[in-house]
Amino acid sequence: MNDTLLKTIFGRLTLESLPLHEPIVVATFAMVAIGGLGLVAALTYFKVWGYLWNQWFTSVDHKKIGIMYIILAIVMLLRGFSDAIMMRAQQAMAFNGSEGYLTAHHYDQVFTAHGVIMIFFVAMPLVTGLMNYVVPLQIGARDVSFPFLNNFSFWMTAAGAVIVMMSLFIGEFARTGWLAMPPLSGLAYSPDVGVDYYIWALQIAGIGTLLSGVNLVATIVKMRAPGMTMMKMPIFTWTSLCTNILIVAAFPVLTAVLAMLSLDRYIGTAFFTNDSGGNPMMYVNLIWIWGHPEVYILVLPAFGIFSEVTSTFSGKRLFGYSSMVYATLVITILAYLVWLHHFFTMGSGASVNSFFGITTMIISIPTGAKIFNWLFTMYKGRIRFELPMMWTIAFMVTFTIGGMTGVLLAVPPADFVLHNSLFLVAHFHNVIIGGTLFGMFAGINYWFPKAFGFKLNETWGKISFWCWVVGFYFAFMPLYVLGLMGVTRRMRYFDDPNLQIWFVIAAFGAALIAAGIGAFLMQIFVSIRNREKLADLTGDPWNGRTLEWATSSPPPDYNFAFTPIVHDLDAWYDMKERKAVRPVSGFKAIHMPSGTGTGVVLAGLSVAFGFAMIWYIWWLAGLTLVGIFATAIFHTFNYKRDFHIPVEDVIASEDARTRQLATQGA
Amino acid sequence: MSAIPMKDGLNETKPVSFYDLDEHEHPDGGSTMLGFWMYLMSDCLIFAVLFAAYAVLGNSYAGGPSPKEIFELPLVAVNTAMLLFSSITYGFAMLSMEEGRQRIMQMWLVFTGLFGLAFLSIEMYEFATLIHEGAGPTRSAFLSSFFTLVGTHGLHVTMGLIWLVTLMVQVQKHGLIAANKRRLMCLSMFWHFLDVIWIGVFTFVYLMGTLR
Amino acid sequence: MSDTHAHDAHADHGDHGHGDHASHGTRGSYIKGFFLSVILTAIPFWIVMTDAFKDPSTAALVVMVFAVAQIVVHMIYFLHMSGKSEGGWTMMALIFTIILVVITLSGSIWVMYHMNTNMMPMQAAADM
Repeated sequence: MNDTLLKTIFGRLTLESLPLHEPIVVATFAMVAIGGLGLVAALTYFKVWGYLWNQWFTSVDHKKIGIMYIILAIVMLLRGFSDAIMMRAQQAMAFNGSEGYLTAHHYDQVFTAHGVIMIFFVAMPLVTGLMNYVVPLQIGARDVSFPFLNNFSFWMTAAGAVIVMMSLFIGEFARTGWLAMPPLSGLAYSPDVGVDYYIWALQIAGIGTLLSGVNLVATIVKMRAPGMTMMKMPIFTWTSLCTNILIVAAFPVLTAVLAMLSLDRYIGTAFFTNDSGGNPMMYVNLIWIWGHPEVYILVLPAFGIFSEVTSTFSGKRLFGYSSMVYATLVITILAYLVWLHHFFTMGSGASVNSFFGITTMIISIPTGAKIFNWLFTMYKGRIRFELPMMWTIAFMVTFTIGGMTGVLLAVPPADFVLHNSLFLVAHFHNVIIGGTLFGMFAGINYWFPKAFGFKLNETWGKISFWCWVVGFYFAFMPLYVLGLMGVTRRMRYFDDPNLQIWFVIAAFGAALIAAGIGAFLMQIFVSIRNREKLADLTGDPWNGRTLEWATSSPPPDYNFAFTPIVHDLDAWYDMKERKAVRPVSGFKAIHMPSGTGTGVVLAGLSVAFGFAMIWYIWWLAGLTLVGIFATAIFHTFNYKRDFHIPVEDVIASEDARTRQLATQGA
Repeated sequence: MSAIPMKDGLNETKPVSFYDLDEHEHPDGGSTMLGFWMYLMSDCLIFAVLFAAYAVLGNSYAGGPSPKEIFELPLVAVNTAMLLFSSITYGFAMLSMEEGRQRIMQMWLVFTGLFGLAFLSIEMYEFATLIHEGAGPTRSAFLSSFFTLVGTHGLHVTMGLIWLVTLMVQVQKHGLIAANKRRLMCLSMFWHFLDVIWIGVFTFVYLMGTLR
Repeated sequence: MSDTHAHDAHADHGDHGHGDHASHGTRGSYIKGFFLSVILTAIPFWIVMTDAFKDPSTAALVVMVFAVAQIVVHMIYFLHMSGKSEGGWTMMALIFTIILVVITLSGSIWVMYHMNTNMMPMQAAADM
């Protein structure tokens, strides 16, 4: 076959694109292939494909979608953490002339993939999944405003994850760090597919995230139960509202910046090039206009979870609800006024640096107010140290330390010394792990019984907790020390043997965290195995205060047979206090949206389109693009997208609940 | 029963209801207008970033042509007129929709589409000419940001036209049912929003560019 | 009895289809908006094409004012923008977006002006 024909069919994809000469990758592929085939075989053997397709993949139920997001996040956590272990191992051993086991070519992809995966495919899906699951229940609604869009958003996120994973086995990933700064990420210095994988994975996942943001804002504004005014919304709903406002406001910036970078790479425009008048500094400026609100997107839901958990496990109403709401709103607005602190050293000068240094310090104040409110909630409360509360307390200590180092970095002269050092790496891991991740673990332990009908095993949960918390401190406190000593981030080997001990300690911490992750997986496995013993039969295992606890565990598809009417903050607590009686008759048929496979199809076509664009397979790109448009337009011709749950089914499910509650003496 | 006798401030007992036993069905699409508006706001921010890029990079001619040398204001004025006319024809289409006059509405939509096509044709002619003269998007950062900003607007107009044709077919098929009316209202917002963005474009790119 | 309360409670709720109609224009208001837009477009084009102001900065300012005015006209007459639609949420979303647009534009211009002044190589600075 001649060259031109091959190039036309396969673009720049060749046999060389397969990393057959890299043993680590080949071994990984073998494991993934065997594991994947095993999974497919098992699913086929147990004949669950139909069930999976009809009940999960095509579902527009926010509860199913929320669970799928979290499963995606946990799978990607394993990949992202493998990258972390690889880095820790490399850095611990690369002294005294040894260059470790990873080449620069490989190592650079590892730290890039680690960042991209952890932020976009672990933290974001965790946050989105929990908000999706909980918010409609908390506001007394039956689903989100746009159920189909919700399903589509999930699959687009999954599509982005698939594209990143593909880069491991076909071609390679970017070697630019997780933000892909030009000129390094431009065509001149990264001509290969890596940055293109990065761009398309993020653009496709970004569409999902943006639409999810629109969806949840509309849901919270329009679908609250009667009587639930804004100031009677649960605090997690408030933080979700602000998070999704941030998503709608920030992700367009990422879309536009990445589009400009891809124009530079695909048609040779001069946005961020070194020549023709381009200005790479503009990329840095724009990407951080997105990047800073992004970290608040990651942390605000965690703050919401902590508020719910603290008040529930202290047995008290949240202290200072109004100030919590205002603090959240202030953080939302200020999130847009601090972005330059990520590049104080790029040279904007004293006046600009001072302005942003001051705004950065100001933004720590509302967060501080929140910590005080949580402490005051706990004060004189009857605190139950269940797992969600343990994670919350770990958060309070850990996040406070991380926040303080943040304020330290906010001072431009200090940042000139510490920018891009390991101090910075320690800081952001401190706040993301201490804030977001601990929050997600608290949320998962808290809401798991609601989603699945049984609690998570406490012993393995505690093992996981202690491994994570102790492991975190061992892994990252040394990095603060190293950063203060002047060690730069993203280094592959070091000349000063005095540094090694710190890296070894950090590697030990990483091993502890690995144990923590293993224990978390065990926790899930053991809980499923012991689900009868751990069953939650009341729907309210923690004596909760918000409406999600008014439903059975798991809730019926329709959430509420009758929409609740809200009279006060902490609506469920109010109903319990005032002895509201659950209606046991008079049920009606319930109007619900139908599932659809369109989201899966569109996302699948998007993966193919992304792949085609990455590898310059233009015919495939054109074909899949047309396919995407055709599928979307075809979908809009379907007007019959809903159905009614027959009243008999509602009666059956509500009667079962009535019986279940009776056995609990409720 | 879900109502409980409670005392209120006036010392009367009024039953408090915690469950909506008589819920009337939510009509479909109650969130659509707000949801679409939010999407438009996000689109506005994409354009804001492209305007920012133009503002920052728009002076970097890299020894190539400057705005004065390549912008033909009379052509831009005609183009602006095409878009403005398309806005008023869409407005008339919406009025006809409200009045239930389907065929008249379809006619106004056809006019809207034709004005939109005219806009795009003129723009493509402008782009083709510039590229032919060596003033394409790769020549300089100024031209990159110009083509991207104006081109993104043009892409949105193109999407709008595809949407317009699709909707015309759907109205022809199903009539002016509630779902189609909602879609027409969303397209209306989209179309007028594009005209708003164009005001920004012709002012900041073409007019201010010529003034420099 | 409980019905009345249920219906009263609906009042505070997010909204339903009928309560909160998007407002539509009238033939007259669309035509008025159209003519206003024509004028507000024609004048800036005229100013620039005839060099009506000696000082380009003044011309730029005037042209910008006309742009803002025309955007407002479009918002009112074509987009039927009002503080009432969707319970005020449309207006709030618009105001928030405008604030962010202003921050993005002015922030980027301010920051990049300083970056360029301090950091651009001499060659490129001469080109600009």
